[in-house]
Amino acid sequence: MSRSPAPEAIAVPAEPRADTPPTTRSKRDRNRLHRVEHRWALAFVAPPVIGFLAFTLYPILFAAYASLTSWNGLGPMRFVGLKNYVSLFQDEYFLKSLWNTFFYMIGIPIGLVLSLLLAIALNRKIPGRTAFRTIYYIPVVSSLAAIAIVWQFAYNGDFGLVNQVLAWFGIEGPDWLQNTATVKPAIIIMAVWKGLGYSMLLYLAAIQSVPTSLYEAASLDGAGAFQKFRSITLPMVRPVTFFLVVTNIIAGAQIFTEINIMTPTGGPEFSSASVVWYIWRKAFKYQQMGYATAMAIALGLIVFVITVIQFRLNRRNSFSIE
Amino acid sequence: MTAIPTLTRPAARSTRQVHHHVRTESRTVNTVLFVVLAIFAVVMAAPLLWMFTTAIKTKAEVFALPPILWPEVPQWDTFVRMWSDAPILSGFKNSFIVATTVTVIGSFTSALAAFALAKLRLPFKNAIFLGLLSGLMIPYPTVMIPQFVMFSRLHWVDTLLPLIVPLLFGNIIMIFFIRQYLETVPDSLIEAAKIDGASYFRIFTVLIMPLIRPAIAAQFILWFMGVWNDYLAPILYLNSPEKQTLQVVIANLNVQYATQRDYPLIMGASFVALLPILIVFIVFQRQIIASVALTGTKA
Repeated sequence: MSRSPAPEAIAVPAEPRADTPPTTRSKRDRNRLHRVEHRWALAFVAPPVIGFLAFTLYPILFAAYASLTSWNGLGPMRFVGLKNYVSLFQDEYFLKSLWNTFFYMIGIPIGLVLSLLLAIALNRKIPGRTAFRTIYYIPVVSSLAAIAIVWQFAYNGDFGLVNQVLAWFGIEGPDWLQNTATVKPAIIIMAVWKGLGYSMLLYLAAIQSVPTSLYEAASLDGAGAFQKFRSITLPMVRPVTFFLVVTNIIAGAQIFTEINIMTPTGGPEFSSASVVWYIWRKAFKYQQMGYATAMAIALGLIVFVITVIQFRLNRRNSFSIE
Repeated sequence: MTAIPTLTRPAARSTRQVHHHVRTESRTVNTVLFVVLAIFAVVMAAPLLWMFTTAIKTKAEVFALPPILWPEVPQWDTFVRMWSDAPILSGFKNSFIVATTVTVIGSFTSALAAFALAKLRLPFKNAIFLGLLSGLMIPYPTVMIPQFVMFSRLHWVDTLLPLIVPLLFGNIIMIFFIRQYLETVPDSLIEAAKIDGASYFRIFTVLIMPLIRPAIAAQFILWFMGVWNDYLAPILYLNSPEKQTLQVVIANLNVQYATQRDYPLIMGASFVALLPILIVFIVFQRQIIASVALTGTKA
């Protein structure tokens, strides 16, 4: 930077001189103006703040109390202390639904790897890549209810699309959703299919923002394609990976629609039921509101703890890379 | 075969301005990738295409062995009879009412709040913003039971109000993005308007609104899709068939007509249910993709 003072730099000290003598009057005026501004600003932020208090904070506090009661949603709440939480750990259905919910998260790394590969491929000058991007993205915008309906039918053992395709290769597919061994993988495949386009798009945007000079410099240093991928692409898309892992886990912990539509009874031997599905069932079919709320609080806590751990890990890892 | 398209490429390419590393891409690799991506595209599109072809099959053709890819006589009638066989029209109407009311009013309140949080003086401004952001950490299932009890005390069960009212107060994700967008607007612009004696509301409507229109539009479409496709909240509140949103209608249809094995009807209705959003996506594809990409890079 040049050291010669710019014209503005000279003008600056002159400016405040004109109005620096702070008479008490102008100060009071400014305070009054600030108060007016505060009032307007407060009015503008009021709706989301009220919304937060009424529809998030109050329900959370209410849920925290309700989880300590025996309550059917209509009658009086009978305080039972931590009994609901103790029962949770003895409720094999809850434990099973918790296990299932975590099991579904196997789909997250599968989806991320696949979508990163797709993004790398689509970053090249391949004919029709815009069309590919659109096709891959269509499941993302499609209604999950409609998607779950068509996949439920596709997984039908006798005349579903999946087994029809497998039959071309001489494979006799199972009745996917009626089988304890295949129901969860079936739902994972569907979820990966639905979410692939979204992760792919974010990865593509991240890859395109990597300066080409980095790759050029690496090529000059004699780096191979895989080495460039490992030392440039992967670190550069790290923030996206982190974002996707966190949001996918938060969303995955709340999996419900596909479970309720594809396996309305929670699957064979409860093998597809998720936590939210079980909460919903306990609260709205069996009116065990107190117990269901305890599960809901437990779910919120699990999501919170996992998110905090991830942020911790992310901070430590990004430190070691830089 | 493969040499024909690739041989003509370099000439066309050299006239264009391309990145250095693009020119070094191997054509063989790109051809192989093209084939892989094309096969994958078929896999990705297959369930939705199958949904459509099933809709225009006869019931017998659905269960035919070996399976039929395309019906002998397309039964377009499916798309006619579904309107009288199921409350699809009212489902459309209800979904439209909910999604439009929420996004139009909610975008306005969100933009107003984002403006105040980005550009106005307010004590504890950042604390308020962080407090609102913390709400994102709370899963809906955790608050759904208390919310349900609240709304049932107001006798709002089996109305659209519980799906609309909580969202009218603004959307924190939208506030986040508009606030960030406004960071690029110089403060001097707003100071100048203040000196001219414009009221804060006028500054917002005349000066800010036109500036943030692109940010609002992008978030508006994403939010509209989210509300349109929502399923959990609607099934909690809506019992009467004529009150249900489209997603609940098709889910119930799926249960009801599966026993009659009327899969063409189920698939036809599901296809029609995802058509509006599909059309919106195809029309506004570039804007949607740009704003989604932004979401990932900024968050």
